[in-house]
Amino acid sequence: MTSARRTSYGVKGAPYAFLFPAAILFALFFALPIGYAVWLSFHKVKVSGLGLGTGARKEVWAGLENYTDSLTDSELLAGALRVLGYGCIVVPVMLGLALVFALMLDSEKVRLAPFTRLAIFLPYAIPGVVAALLWGFLYLPSVSPFYYVLDALGLPQPDLLDGGPLYGALSNIAVWGGTGFNMIVIYTALQAIPAEVYEAAKLDGATPLQIALRIKIPMVAPSLVLTFFFSIIATLQVFNEPTTIKPLTNSVSTTWSPLMKVYQDAFGKGDIYQAAAEATIIALATLVLSFGFLRAANRRNKRNVGQGGAR
Amino acid sequence: MSSLAVQKVPSAAGTTGATRGRPPLRSRIALVPTLTLLLGAVYCLLPVAWVVIASTKSGSELFSTFTFLPGTGFTDNVKDLNAYRDGIYWQWMGNSALYAVLGALLSTCVSAFSGYALATYRFRGRETMFNVLLAGVLMPPIILAVPQYLLLAKADLTDSYWSVLLPQILSPYGVYLSRIYAAAAVPGDVVEAGRMDGASEWRIFTRIALPMMVPGMVTVFLFQFVAIWNNFLLPYIMLSDDEKFPLTLGLFTLLEQGANTPALYTLVITGAFLAVIPLVALFLVIQRFWSLDLLSGAVKS
Repeated sequence: MTSARRTSYGVKGAPYAFLFPAAILFALFFALPIGYAVWLSFHKVKVSGLGLGTGARKEVWAGLENYTDSLTDSELLAGALRVLGYGCIVVPVMLGLALVFALMLDSEKVRLAPFTRLAIFLPYAIPGVVAALLWGFLYLPSVSPFYYVLDALGLPQPDLLDGGPLYGALSNIAVWGGTGFNMIVIYTALQAIPAEVYEAAKLDGATPLQIALRIKIPMVAPSLVLTFFFSIIATLQVFNEPTTIKPLTNSVSTTWSPLMKVYQDAFGKGDIYQAAAEATIIALATLVLSFGFLRAANRRNKRNVGQGGAR
Repeated sequence: MSSLAVQKVPSAAGTTGATRGRPPLRSRIALVPTLTLLLGAVYCLLPVAWVVIASTKSGSELFSTFTFLPGTGFTDNVKDLNAYRDGIYWQWMGNSALYAVLGALLSTCVSAFSGYALATYRFRGRETMFNVLLAGVLMPPIILAVPQYLLLAKADLTDSYWSVLLPQILSPYGVYLSRIYAAAAVPGDVVEAGRMDGASEWRIFTRIALPMMVPGMVTVFLFQFVAIWNNFLLPYIMLSDDEKFPLTLGLFTLLEQGANTPALYTLVITGAFLAVIPLVALFLVIQRFWSLDLLSGAVKS
């Protein structure tokens, strides 16, 4: 009897024991830092006297001051707009390409599929910093093959690292790095569609294009939503690529993206309170945008009940 | 349409053995998809091909010869890289390997524990815990990294190996994948049978469940390995001593210095080429017995 009770106690406690490491790590490296950042965002340093000695610098309650400062900061707003423009290129182009490649891989009688699939996926294995570095050199007139060809043909050579083309140049790096992974996600979903689904359409004489548009794309809608969701989050958090490109051009400022501005304020200016407020605003914006998108997507999905959603 | 063509052709082509049943090229190969995919592959391989060739060029060749013409300076470039700050490049490569291997191993263990618990037990707070863990995915890395830096500074742990290793052990996506794999791979009645035999929960996990979860755990390991190997922001914030830098950060600082001295370009390019090799090799080797599809949480039922 006692042993039976001990066993049942063991079973009851087991899941908590298994989750213990994750819970500790979550508390230490997620919850605590977030809480600390929020706490910081409501404080500021008050310097008394000349600011010398131990008691001269004191953390005092700042209320919403850091937030109002951040929200009226024109540079943060400009950064947000830059990233919005960048995201408007990256997300549609990357997911469009990923979808097209996935559909092509899934089509009948396609040749070299294993090779091309691996080749398109390959950039995933290359660090963002190295990717930005490679493309950065390809954009540099002195070493780029594109400029070599343009020069040989006597065509005008645009500056890829300035003005409008800079957005294209930065977007290209993200598209190059991200298409493969998203292609795999969509392709996996395509493979899960049972073959019978197409048979009827094929017997009715539907073309491959019609099958793709009418059957395949609606069936993989949940995967598209998922990839869209993660792409939006990744885009809002862009940091590595512009930071890496920065040494190669004067057009990327230290505050080009909101995350770079947070870094600059925290470590360049040393104002961790302001940086914490900005980081909190970015996190909230991310949450609102991503959940807003998910809700909108869910509402659409509910309207087309019965399609996809196999997970 | 194409299936019709396939049926017609044999009767038209006669009955001689070899050609029998072989439709013409156009219907045997889907041209548009194949060409589109080839174009995509060229686009994705282009920068890699460029860095392979550029790393063979000496400093003067880099700026004077056509980009895709191999040069003669590869061994000199590697020698220069070896000589740069007493071979610190290889220290960076070693650091990256250390962070990625150790971090991914620990991360896989934590993910396996959590995923197994979330998939096989029914307990109070299960969904809440899962959702809270998943919300971690949404956190911009910098909102975590800046306060993590400040907190670790209080514990006197910044600028140490720990400061890069510890924050990357818990991976929300790893937990999510592990839960899916555990749910698909470990049948509930097998766990129940183990319990009937009087095995402890820990023994059931290590002896019965874990072996079933191995393919999924390989995926979690790879995913986390790539994530840590490619990470830049966290070491960028945490570290100032370049002896502890991973490759990404080391190459970045090299590029920053090289921006003003084009002589360093060849070093950066050679360094970038060598940095690409390990992960590409890893994927080429591993894809023979592991499917890319697993990365998106696909499970064979």
